[in-house]
Amino acid sequence: MNRNYDVIVVGGGPAGLAAALEANKNGAERVLIIERDKELGGILNQCIHNGFGLHYFKEQLTGPEYAQRFIDMLEGTGIEVKTDTMVLSVTPDKKVWAMNTEDGYCCFNAGAVVLAMGCRERTRGAISIPGERPSGVFTAGTAQRYINIEGYMVGKKVLILGSGDIGLIMARRMTLEGAKVLAVCELMPYSNGLKRNIAQCLDDYGIPLYLSHTVTDIKGKNRLESVTVSRVDENLAPIPGTEIEFDCDTLLLSVGLIPENELSRNAGVPIDRRTNGAVVWQDRQTEIDGIFACGNVLHVHDLVDFVTKESMIAGRAAAEYVKNGGFPETTAENTVSLAAGNGVSYVVPQKIAVERTEKFVEAFFRVRTTYKDSEIVVRADGEELNVIKKSQLLPAEMERVVLPKAMLQKAAGKEITIEVRTKGDN
Amino acid sequence: MDKIYDVVIIGAGVTGCAIARELSRYKLSVLLTDKENDISCGASRANSAIIHAGYDPEPGSLMAQLNVDGNRMTGDICEKLNVPFKRIGALVLAFNDEDMETVEKLYRNGVANGVPGVEIIGREKLRELEPNVSENAVGALLSPSAGIINPWEYTIALAENAVENGAEYKLRFETASITRESGVDGASIFTLTSAKDETVKARCIINAAGVHSEEIARLGLFGEDVELGFRTIPSKGQYFLLDKTQGTLFSRVMFQCPSKVGKGVLVSPTVHGNLIVGPDAVDVDDPDNTCTTSDALAFIRKTASLTTDTVSYRDNIRNFSGIRPNTDRGDFVIEPSPVEARFINSAGIKSPGLSSAPAIAVKVAELVKESGIELAEKESFVETREVVRFRELDNEERAKLVAEHPEFGRIICRCETITEGEILAAIHSPITPLSLDAVKRRCGAGLGRCQGGFCGPRVLEFLVRELGISPNDVLKDLDGSWIVKLRDDETTN
Amino acid sequence: MKREITCIVCPKGCLVTIDDANLEDVSGFGCPKGIEYAKNELLHPVRTVTSTVKIEGALHDRLPVRTNGDIPKELIFECMKLIRATKVSAPVRCGQVIIEDILGTGIDLIATRNA
Repeated sequence: MNRNYDVIVVGGGPAGLAAALEANKNGAERVLIIERDKELGGILNQCIHNGFGLHYFKEQLTGPEYAQRFIDMLEGTGIEVKTDTMVLSVTPDKKVWAMNTEDGYCCFNAGAVVLAMGCRERTRGAISIPGERPSGVFTAGTAQRYINIEGYMVGKKVLILGSGDIGLIMARRMTLEGAKVLAVCELMPYSNGLKRNIAQCLDDYGIPLYLSHTVTDIKGKNRLESVTVSRVDENLAPIPGTEIEFDCDTLLLSVGLIPENELSRNAGVPIDRRTNGAVVWQDRQTEIDGIFACGNVLHVHDLVDFVTKESMIAGRAAAEYVKNGGFPETTAENTVSLAAGNGVSYVVPQKIAVERTEKFVEAFFRVRTTYKDSEIVVRADGEELNVIKKSQLLPAEMERVVLPKAMLQKAAGKEITIEVRTKGDN
Repeated sequence: MDKIYDVVIIGAGVTGCAIARELSRYKLSVLLTDKENDISCGASRANSAIIHAGYDPEPGSLMAQLNVDGNRMTGDICEKLNVPFKRIGALVLAFNDEDMETVEKLYRNGVANGVPGVEIIGREKLRELEPNVSENAVGALLSPSAGIINPWEYTIALAENAVENGAEYKLRFETASITRESGVDGASIFTLTSAKDETVKARCIINAAGVHSEEIARLGLFGEDVELGFRTIPSKGQYFLLDKTQGTLFSRVMFQCPSKVGKGVLVSPTVHGNLIVGPDAVDVDDPDNTCTTSDALAFIRKTASLTTDTVSYRDNIRNFSGIRPNTDRGDFVIEPSPVEARFINSAGIKSPGLSSAPAIAVKVAELVKESGIELAEKESFVETREVVRFRELDNEERAKLVAEHPEFGRIICRCETITEGEILAAIHSPITPLSLDAVKRRCGAGLGRCQGGFCGPRVLEFLVRELGISPNDVLKDLDGSWIVKLRDDETTN
Repeated sequence: MKREITCIVCPKGCLVTIDDANLEDVSGFGCPKGIEYAKNELLHPVRTVTSTVKIEGALHDRLPVRTNGDIPKELIFECMKLIRATKVSAPVRCGQVIIEDILGTGIDLIATRNA
């Protein structure tokens, strides 16, 4: 068995599929996708609702259909796929230790590695919800898997904490399957999901959304019996006396996603504390030469279409890297670093090699809170390079600004910050 | 006629299981019972997971002797039974002069109790050993024989080893009443009746019922009007368990000096590489309510910040609480019932109970012998237990294992790197697990940062397949903790 | 009366204002689809339904499905009843019709993956 590949992609979800296809298209001959699940497609397989693909395919697809399109594209490319295979470690010299029941435990060598492991859900522990520890408390994604893939029901009377899209989608899904969804509670004073999901998942079914509320107690020795919800103050602390007790057998948690970077960390890839993903250059190369990262393992996206787009960048760059035997070293004078300024929680990429920029670089970022009638200010060393008016900014929606090559050349060797300016700041 | 067991043990926590194992060396019929659906469902699964060195108990107490003996025995047992145990040592931190006096007292205790290697260290040595310790710490007691352990696997391993050596077990047996009659030889024969009206008969009963040991001990008075001599005062302790990213902050168990303001909380690595922070101690009425509260968790964080401010609580993966079976006696209660030599209480086994368990078991076996039951050693006693831990193998061993047994080539629990082979071995282990948590306690699947989010559905599928049970009957933990239901349209088919 | 309707056609989610007495009085839309959506919401709201049906002989026990167009909103639960009563066998191709002309709407229920 030849275990040498041009590009090895870790993860066969939307990010890995797009990266592999694009690497192949750009000249990487031997490409291998390693997927831990029994099939390709990743989390899309359980996202059976529609709403995917509007940007990329210009039509409304369900998750499995979106995945199927990419899986179908693999045909005839010569891209190799190993499913039911777990990558246990990636080394800085691009050895990929993986294992399955057929090949056993073995080592593959790659010219370039693309990390596309996706993300996992934050759990009850991550937000320290007090109370008893009965069954019936699920992360929304786990419940989604039980219902949509395994075909079980997880409960009949449901409360949902977190108004991110998965929480909203699951509110509708459980309702359609005959459960009673009592409410969706959201810690923040605004929803973290898309507005259309509030309309079509909650409003359509008369499910109330409690903003500025959180779970403060869980009761049930064995199976969940009730959940106490309290209003929170401006510091997000529960206000005594505002408790509402919901009798329910199920609590779904949709309280955030965390990029799964254990492999990256063990490979020595530096991680950005803001994104919980790797620090990357504009072509999604990490700080380790020849190791790239894209999709939700890099930063959590709200739309799969953007995952695809980002992963194509990484796939193309990985092919280039292999073809050219590496990238030329970028000097500090030729580097622009990107930073999150006032009101911005993170920016990706974090670094730009000016001479490797073709025409422009798109910078993706998220804002910390909601803003109305504000401006995005792009600044280098105090100088305003660009100002974009925004009628509305939401933390739930990833924003982007285009940084033209001319602007980057001007800012070479410096730091560009992206910040939010509200009227009061003027 | 019903079988009459030589010994019936009430309670399958670490003490009960250690006793069962100790007694299984002898030609005795032993039955281990518990009210829950698995081994290790009480305090033995929810504690600090520390094997204490033995400088805490008052010199001359039973506790002092059993702790120091137990600590020594634990290393040997864990090696033989393949249980994760690391003798990483402990530090008791002093934050002021008064604390230093306490440290000196603990040092003297340690020396008197025969604790090996205790020494008092100053600020500089402390920093050198533990760079992440707070500037506030002025010195510490260093006790190298303290260790960390996987307490529930330890408990299960003891039970499995007992079963391997012929002991029997009966779970979901909640002893509700006990009657006594005279046997042919004049000695007592006991009948234990469960809450569900099942009965078992015994020549000797051992009460190892943890937080319920006072209730059981009262049954052992057989209605006679005598003083029991102790009362349990359940005390709850809550914890944070943090991700492995936090597990390397300290290399030893970091205690705080007990003082007027409280016993302090500990910060310690765990055998799985996580970090544990806690516990507080609050007396409670309900010995079974293990809820956590935000006030207590906030208190623990605040108290632990005295030891270090380097813990990132956003990396918390689980909070839990355990109930200690404290009593109004300073010492363990290991003695026969005042009215019945063959009703042996091993009660109020509070901290350092986990550390003392093997020594308690030997002590209880002596009491069994003293009660007139013959302890004749078996010709053969299986001392060891084999467990495959994929993630601890080197590359060569992994390749060999998977080549021979492909089921070890499939990782099911990503966070803890647990293979299908390990999960199947857990499901088919001597004491069948019926819940996801019972599988977790046996092989670690679901213990990690995603808390079973990914592997839970897979383990459920394995339990259904391997045990031939309905998905409706797979539990998360205790009886009643169902996870999923088959859809209505499928149950009617 | 002016009504505010969140458009669900794309992820942008425009808040469209429309007068239910005069459907030509529309504002807040980001594209023409928003106008059409808002009008439909007042006249005859429709939705796409996505769910799963029982499948035998495939990797998983459930096959994801969707309506290949919008159906009247009031028929959603009726539609779910039919979906729940449906059972198919592998192999199935993505796009294959599972229930034809569901509830007389002219819309089919189709598979959304290969299985």
